[in-house]
Amino acid sequence: MREFLDALFKFPFLQYALLAGVIASVACGIVGSYVVSRRITYIAGGVAHCTLGGMGVARYLNTVCDWTWLQPLHGAVVSAILAALIIGLVSLHARQREDTVISALWAIGMAVGILFIAKTPGYQEDLMSYLFGNILLVSQQDLVLIGALDVLVVAVGVLFYNKFLAVCFDEEFARLRGVKVEFYYLLLLCLTALTVVVLVNVVGLVMVIALLTLPVAIAGNFVNRLWQIMLLATLISIVLTTGGLVVSYGPGLPSGATTIALAGALYLLVLIMGRIKRAA
Amino acid sequence: MGAHFASPNTHGSKIVMKEEVLRMDAEPIIVCRDVSFSYDGPLVLQGATFSVVPKDFVCVIGPNGGGKTTLIRLMLGLIEPLRGKVEVLGRSPKLARSRVGYMPQRAHLDPEFPVSVLDVVLMGRLGHGPGFGPHRRSDRAVAERVLTEVGLPEMGRRPFSSLSGGQRQRVLIARALACEPELLLLDEPTANLDPSVQESLYALLRDLNERLTVVLVSHDVGFVSVFFRTVICVNRTVHLHPTRELTAQRVADMYGREVRLLHHPSGQKSGAGS
Repeated sequence: MREFLDALFKFPFLQYALLAGVIASVACGIVGSYVVSRRITYIAGGVAHCTLGGMGVARYLNTVCDWTWLQPLHGAVVSAILAALIIGLVSLHARQREDTVISALWAIGMAVGILFIAKTPGYQEDLMSYLFGNILLVSQQDLVLIGALDVLVVAVGVLFYNKFLAVCFDEEFARLRGVKVEFYYLLLLCLTALTVVVLVNVVGLVMVIALLTLPVAIAGNFVNRLWQIMLLATLISIVLTTGGLVVSYGPGLPSGATTIALAGALYLLVLIMGRIKRAA
Repeated sequence: MGAHFASPNTHGSKIVMKEEVLRMDAEPIIVCRDVSFSYDGPLVLQGATFSVVPKDFVCVIGPNGGGKTTLIRLMLGLIEPLRGKVEVLGRSPKLARSRVGYMPQRAHLDPEFPVSVLDVVLMGRLGHGPGFGPHRRSDRAVAERVLTEVGLPEMGRRPFSSLSGGQRQRVLIARALACEPELLLLDEPTANLDPSVQESLYALLRDLNERLTVVLVSHDVGFVSVFFRTVICVNRTVHLHPTRELTAQRVADMYGREVRLLHHPSGQKSGAGS
């Protein structure tokens, strides 16, 4: 802890990392609560894995075609939104084949990403950091983009809270009250996509789902209104990402995996304590 | 008063009294003209023609899969008829929606969803307020009022998931009332509830009927003759009767196959026992 604090004051990359974790946690708490209560974590998983395709293509164009302005994060934004819209339209119009389409996009997105990364000269370690995150690699430039996405996601998520709540709770009733259900459903999936992009930096795309769902699941044990869950999940998520950074720094562990392991442990602890409380 | 279906009807006089208030010549609130519908297959409804007058208290009965829910969904404009025309409050069902309160079948909600009772009721105000931001104070006042009206004052802060089955149904009725509707459509509001809870819900709806037109779906014929003024029998074809004209024979005709199915096993049992 002492060692971490000393380093934090010395190295800007640690400050960026800490800030990225906090910023990501806000979007994570708000959008994660919608995702969990609407039970669309599988869709979020599909979107997360599709971002590898976008990042791979962007990195290829950046290195091989000299599109130096194009960062992998830009590719992630485009592919995530695209995946969210495709999955959303399919789930709205062909309900019975929703899971097939998600699974297909999930795998195709990853395949495209791996192919482009393989054909891009340079360090293959980048692939690992996309998959499993490396919060210590977050640059100032990344931080600006993550911050902008975060503001957008949080603003939309909070401003249309009542609409999203109604659409998640009872779509049909919301439609009868004049709410444009399809629009808000697709908007929610786009928010999910942008949140996934923000989180990919922190924990990597494979573990995004855990950070999107576990803080919400933990919070759900203590409060029972959606906005309360959002607040508490945000706080828990801040504690977990910061904790993951602190714990992993000394022994040089991967920070993303440490964060998720902490989240899993806390979730388990809360479940067990809940059991004991109910039994007593 | 004429012959009543099923058990002797102690509420008969009350119903007749109400019937005098009902204006049969008034402009109908729901009109169906030769309505047919199918879900990519055989017709679920065929040539349904009837009208419902304002302030009526209507029960839609019929065997499962007979088209009761389909009829309600047509009235809400959630589906379009294959042939014919549905009019609600003198316009198309979609345009009439803002003046119609709807309570869906219970099964389609997630009982663990993290919302308070007041959150649920406030969803009924969605069409009224601004497009974004928090609910207005006037919307909250309406929500509190309708919660009191359904007999759940002071319950607004309770989690929806912590309520009993009957209380949840009351909250969903309150949500429909929060729309400040002229017509209330309810799909199986009493399914899977204890008979005493069912009866108190029917009593609540009868009170609401003092100021609203109420149409509800039920698969439970037992309460029909006691509470309702009009019955719509749906089994692909649709027939509307005043309750007092509903005879045991008519119900038996409609439920024909089911009645036989119900009686068959008990006959077998007694045969096996002797």
